[in-house]
Amino acid sequence: MARKFISGNDAVAEGVRLARPHVISAYPITPQTIVVERLSDFCEDGSLKAIYMHVESEHSALAAAMGVSSVGARAFTATSSQGLLYMAENLPYASGARMPIVMMNANRALATPWNIYGDQMDSMFLLNAGWIQVYVEDAQEALDMMIQSYKIAEDPRVMTPFMVNLDGFVLTHTYEVVDVPEQELVDAYLPPLKLAENMMSLEAPKSLCITAGNNFNMEFKIKQNEEMNASTAIIAEVDASFAEVFGRKYHGLLEAIACDDAEVILITTGSVAGTSRMIIEEYRNKGHKVGLIKLRYLRPFPTEALAKVLKDAKAVGVVDKNISFGYEGTIFTNVNSAILQSGLTPKVHNFICGLGGRDVTKENIREMFDALLSSAAGDSCEKIHYMNVRCAL
Amino acid sequence: MMPKITAKNLTNDELFYGHKACGGCGESLAVRLAMKILGERTFASLPAGCMSAVSFIYPNMAFKTNAIITPFASTGAVAAGVAAGLKALGIENTYSVGFAGDGGTADIGLQALSGAIDRGDQIIYFCNDNEAYMNTGIQKSGLTPYGTRTTTSPAGENLPGSVTTKKNMFEIVAAHDIAYAATASVGYLEDYMMKVEKAKSVKGTSYIHILAPCPTGWGTPSEITISLAKEAVDCGLWYLAEYENGEFKLNKDPKAFTPVADYVKKQGRFKHLTETDIEHLETQRDKKWLKMRRDWNK
Repeated sequence: MARKFISGNDAVAEGVRLARPHVISAYPITPQTIVVERLSDFCEDGSLKAIYMHVESEHSALAAAMGVSSVGARAFTATSSQGLLYMAENLPYASGARMPIVMMNANRALATPWNIYGDQMDSMFLLNAGWIQVYVEDAQEALDMMIQSYKIAEDPRVMTPFMVNLDGFVLTHTYEVVDVPEQELVDAYLPPLKLAENMMSLEAPKSLCITAGNNFNMEFKIKQNEEMNASTAIIAEVDASFAEVFGRKYHGLLEAIACDDAEVILITTGSVAGTSRMIIEEYRNKGHKVGLIKLRYLRPFPTEALAKVLKDAKAVGVVDKNISFGYEGTIFTNVNSAILQSGLTPKVHNFICGLGGRDVTKENIREMFDALLSSAAGDSCEKIHYMNVRCAL
Repeated sequence: MMPKITAKNLTNDELFYGHKACGGCGESLAVRLAMKILGERTFASLPAGCMSAVSFIYPNMAFKTNAIITPFASTGAVAAGVAAGLKALGIENTYSVGFAGDGGTADIGLQALSGAIDRGDQIIYFCNDNEAYMNTGIQKSGLTPYGTRTTTSPAGENLPGSVTTKKNMFEIVAAHDIAYAATASVGYLEDYMMKVEKAKSVKGTSYIHILAPCPTGWGTPSEITISLAKEAVDCGLWYLAEYENGEFKLNKDPKAFTPVADYVKKQGRFKHLTETDIEHLETQRDKKWLKMRRDWNK
């Protein structure tokens, strides 16, 4: 095992190298570029024996990956923001065809106004695309998830494409010390991909991405949904087996921090979870019963796991680095549905922050906890809070 | 010199069979014959269009080989991905082939095709050109000829139908310095089959652009598909040519053209054309042939 001081993007590239995809098809976009630059280097120096396809667009990046996956080979691509939306029609295409493609997405704002910095508007747009979506907190988790993602996506019970999300710049461009596992260990954990039974092969030729009219279409979609829901078990299973081999675990669908006796719980994704951990410690030391949920997976959505952790909370806050215009933050909507389905009745608040790369500071997290504590104590409190706003609007 | 493929020595095995294309469909004939020549180790990529719509209807699949429907814009990219995947897995002696229509090639799929040619991907790309978006109900594409009545280029008092000319796909592709490109017609099947056979041994990307009449979209009886496709070449509105080793070559250079009027008057889509419109088509034709004869006949 080597310890390296590298950025989140470098960590992704290291993870991809260890996972040994057969083909990489990618198009550069800020802040994803370092991933594809490193992978190009690895292909050039022979440390990754993969074919690197210089596609002419993100649309073709994913289309080519679908071609690769359709013959049972391991495919990787990476994108961000406008690029993710440019390839958007291919996302449900790949998931409907049950292709275990892995894609890294550097979460970035959407134009207009143009902005290259991080928020989560891009991946939220594609929540309904039938891809598993995970959000990582740091560079180590980014590397580890490149390995876990293939293990989960390629499981015959799952066979679903996988999007690994890193907050643009805050994670992609921040340097951290990362443990890079030994190749032999990864090879044993993630063996070379074998042709799955539903892929094209000379032995058993098949037609893929077929047409199913109103007589069969619905059954295909229901099966896809049920198997995506069932992947929650495989996600937990893989996280556990990964921990056994590599010594690091991420608690599956979500990580609950100090939630056992918590009266108020803040739900975050990605890098904000890291900042929030520090505030949890600070507030606990002051005697406040605060807890934190690091929501890792948005699809499949961990309804049951959430309900279990939230069952005694008086107030729940959801951090959203996105807005569904005309409504609220997207994660907030999803959490509210899970809460309602579970028969819980906490007060719920949405903290919208970090749009277009606006900092989410420790002070902002304190403000969120203060609002939740005050709401739990019975004070009236706004439903939607915009954090760290420069001026009255 | 490769052996000539004729009706006599062509295999009776069908690899594209049981599809639901219209009677007299030129495009399905082009696919069927190409598949016979390419054989069982072919991986076919087809975008949205007539051929994918008629041959992948669950649970009835018309391709006996591996085949996949691609996103509309993605024939070139998916076929290239298939080729890369097969290469990476060490699966040899296969053909990754794209069969797209005129719109799927010259309009929405042009970018992905350009990318594949630029990379020199090991694919054979067929443009089955029936000169409009037929699958969606006969709308104008970038390969619809001047004066064509389609549902989005109506002919009336103000317009003669389509007012643009066919995008010059063959030369666009050649301008990439592609390894091999050819035009063909389902009216000259031996020429077409020879070109498919040739593409099989090309290193890099091949492109075959075949004119394929569509009785439904052209307003023609289904039994004249072949003779009409022949006449398109004989009257000079289409041509048979190749591009290889950086050189163009005309495969057929008629001494005299048959009348354009005879060709267009057989077709409902051109029924409204006036003498002046037909003269315009002839002028365009003559200009094109002047250039082809000057530059390509060595």
